[in-house]
Amino acid sequence: MSIETPAPNAGPFAHERVSISRTMGLVMLALLPATVFSLWQFGWPAIYLFLVTLVTVLLAEAACLRIAGKPIRPFLLDGSAVLTGWLLAMTLPPWAPWWTGVVGGLIAIIVAKQVFGGIGQNLFNPAMVARVALLISFPLELTRFVNPAPLFAAGSPDWLQGLAITFGGQSTDAYSGATLLGHVRTELAQGHVLSEILPGLYTPLTDAVGTFSGSLGEGSALLILLGGLFLIAKRVITWHIPLAMLGTLALIATLMHVIDPEHYTGPLYHLVSGATLLGAFFIATDLVTSPVSLRGQILFGAGCGLLVYVIRTWTGYPEGVAFAVLLMNACTPLIDHYVRPRVYGRNRKGSPIEYADELEVSR
Amino acid sequence: MKLFKIRGGVHPDDRKQLAAGQAIETLPMPALLHIPLQQHIGAPASPAVRRGQRVAKGDLIAQGQGMISAPVHAPTSGRIVGVGSYPAHHASGLSVPTVTLQPDGEDRWSDQIKGVADPFALDSDDIAARVGAAGIVGLGGATFPAAVKLNLRKKYKLHTLVINGAECEPYLTCDDRLMREQTDAVIDGIRIMAHALGVARIVIGIENNKPEAQAAMASAASVHPNIQIARLPTRYPMGSEKHLVQTLTGRETPARGLTADIGVVVHNPATAFAVHEALRFGYPLVSRVVTVSGGAISRPRNLRVPLGTRVQDLLDYCGGFREEPARLLSGGPMMGQPLPSTRVPMVKGSNGVLALTAAETNLREPMPCIRCGSCVQACPCGLVPLDLAAHTRTGELEGAVSRGLMDCIGCGSCAYVCPAHIPLVQFFNYAKGEMAARGRAKQKQAETKRLIEQRTARIEAIQRAKREAMAARKREADAKKKAAAELSTDKPTPLPTPASAVEAEA
Repeated sequence: MSIETPAPNAGPFAHERVSISRTMGLVMLALLPATVFSLWQFGWPAIYLFLVTLVTVLLAEAACLRIAGKPIRPFLLDGSAVLTGWLLAMTLPPWAPWWTGVVGGLIAIIVAKQVFGGIGQNLFNPAMVARVALLISFPLELTRFVNPAPLFAAGSPDWLQGLAITFGGQSTDAYSGATLLGHVRTELAQGHVLSEILPGLYTPLTDAVGTFSGSLGEGSALLILLGGLFLIAKRVITWHIPLAMLGTLALIATLMHVIDPEHYTGPLYHLVSGATLLGAFFIATDLVTSPVSLRGQILFGAGCGLLVYVIRTWTGYPEGVAFAVLLMNACTPLIDHYVRPRVYGRNRKGSPIEYADELEVSR
Repeated sequence: MKLFKIRGGVHPDDRKQLAAGQAIETLPMPALLHIPLQQHIGAPASPAVRRGQRVAKGDLIAQGQGMISAPVHAPTSGRIVGVGSYPAHHASGLSVPTVTLQPDGEDRWSDQIKGVADPFALDSDDIAARVGAAGIVGLGGATFPAAVKLNLRKKYKLHTLVINGAECEPYLTCDDRLMREQTDAVIDGIRIMAHALGVARIVIGIENNKPEAQAAMASAASVHPNIQIARLPTRYPMGSEKHLVQTLTGRETPARGLTADIGVVVHNPATAFAVHEALRFGYPLVSRVVTVSGGAISRPRNLRVPLGTRVQDLLDYCGGFREEPARLLSGGPMMGQPLPSTRVPMVKGSNGVLALTAAETNLREPMPCIRCGSCVQACPCGLVPLDLAAHTRTGELEGAVSRGLMDCIGCGSCAYVCPAHIPLVQFFNYAKGEMAARGRAKQKQAETKRLIEQRTARIEAIQRAKREAMAARKREADAKKKAAAELSTDKPTPLPTPASAVEAEA
């Protein structure tokens, strides 16, 4: 028997057991504990909004692929659209009306991803583009947060009331509560100092466990951290972006807190509140929109951390992760252009290495 | 000994257990041998036999030509039944000049085969000449003529001979088996090469997935204080010569240079064994050890194979395929080449024949790049493969070159880890080939331009010469005319002189 192989091509003829769908699947797996916890915390309305967002992104993705004439099955199954929708839902107020999920999903998939050419081509993180677009267009709906009302707990909306809240526009004022970042910010603006605001309101523990008002992804810092460490262990992401981002944020917060403890909150407050951890492990690390070299990733992470602090502290928004990541996304091509690994056998300038001490070699 | 870290690299499943336990067996002599005349880098050898001629084992059948070349010898005794062309051991499957030999079954060595009692009494040039005459080339797969490498001492200041026993390609176990079974012969060959190179220090690098080879070589080398055994971490591409030298010395070979630039020459253990055979017994290189392995092979083996044996004969000896292979390869799965057919002959550089199942190759449809950077982390050369591929895809090859395309060693680590299954090496091979073609085209264009300019200049010179000649003739003619005119004005129309006037009147 003799076999004739088809057109010759280059190796390797072995491949690590990896694929895009595996990568996306691992990220979703890492998000799962925190998501389940938050969905339980905020009950039926949150579940409905989450599902509406996922369905929207899938339909939008399928429609775009069809228009672009690309094969629908492999691209829909790669998991990238679901992950985008998932992350978007994590950043919305849990009881926001259904159409925020729909509009957000359409913006994320159509405007932020497919218009750029689909998976791998987008310059900005689609979920963050959608969140920022929603925040600017519908500031009221996007900042109306509620206190946790766990599933099946007394006083929490049941599945029917949940439908009314998400799809019927029923008022949620009875449950409303500001986020920690928002509350502290408002109080500071009114001339109060931290020693008056924080006691009784915040302990790092409640925030770490996630029993405070906020979006789904701002829930349990601990579970998010766990998911992030899982991603690092699975080598989906490296430690460079999260550590650089959290480290920079903590460093600046410490500095400012030491200078003026009455007006600037400490590092732990910044690390566990808001979307810091979700941003550091799941959003800034988005493979497509972050730099490819490790040194570039450190620069990128540090930039994110710096911008998060600046936006939270000195601008009109209480939370700045989305803006910070988008601004750094814009820098990614520049970082990738200038920050490259040194080529083997060449110095940083690109000319071949020269050794001065030829004799020393022959020791 | 202290080892240094190299960047990047991958950890493929080495799958060496398939064949590592199989002792080297000698393949029975096949019915026909097809011996290609180019089994090395450099100029092809030119045939030294005629059809119908009888040869003994080890007789020269083709002579090396030029500085970088290698002769080819008869792998067994028999009759030359053809001097023509036959499909090459190459992905292209193109036919190349080949000598076909029908073995007579006697496997009788030529009378002229003679070894040297003490190779260490020979001088460097003599050893290099004998290695060259034995047709020995780099048996790790590069097939660079070994004698040329031994002569590097003339141009470079060398201090260390490194033996590359890393064998980092998955599946391959031929060097492993050779180091375990022919330990003393390999060490002897290594010492002869070090003597020829004039270097004192010898380092034998063996990856940690070959503990038996490490132990065997270490105990055989223990009586030679100048030989060190380096136990290398198992990581692909540890066997890349420049990366191996960096692991051992901490120094990177300058770009576009040779390891000799930093005083090191690298040879393969199989080459050392061949040098031992050539110097001690006078045997030219007529056979080599090949690993036949892969999930689709019924009985994986390590075989000593006469050069020129068809791949099919190896497969038959190993019980054929247990299932239809998805890929038939020459060499390892990372840098090996697809074989166009099982008819092609084995050559000096072929260290493995692999038949891989679809599950082993894990081939999938490529997806778009998601910029995950896995390839950047995997590249042992500090390149940004996704960037090179993007530039290649858009046809912007100069951009790829300025980003280090030519520093790529083609190891395939990037493509191995790519979650999008993008055939990155294919992109780079295309770009390198295209750049080479452009270089040739440019050279051709320059040459053409030069010839045209020369021709134009020549034509112009001829025309100028003609014009000048014409002008000269014209001037001459004019001058003549003028002179004639002057003469005629003098004569026919002389100014009337009073005397003539008087005459005319008269």
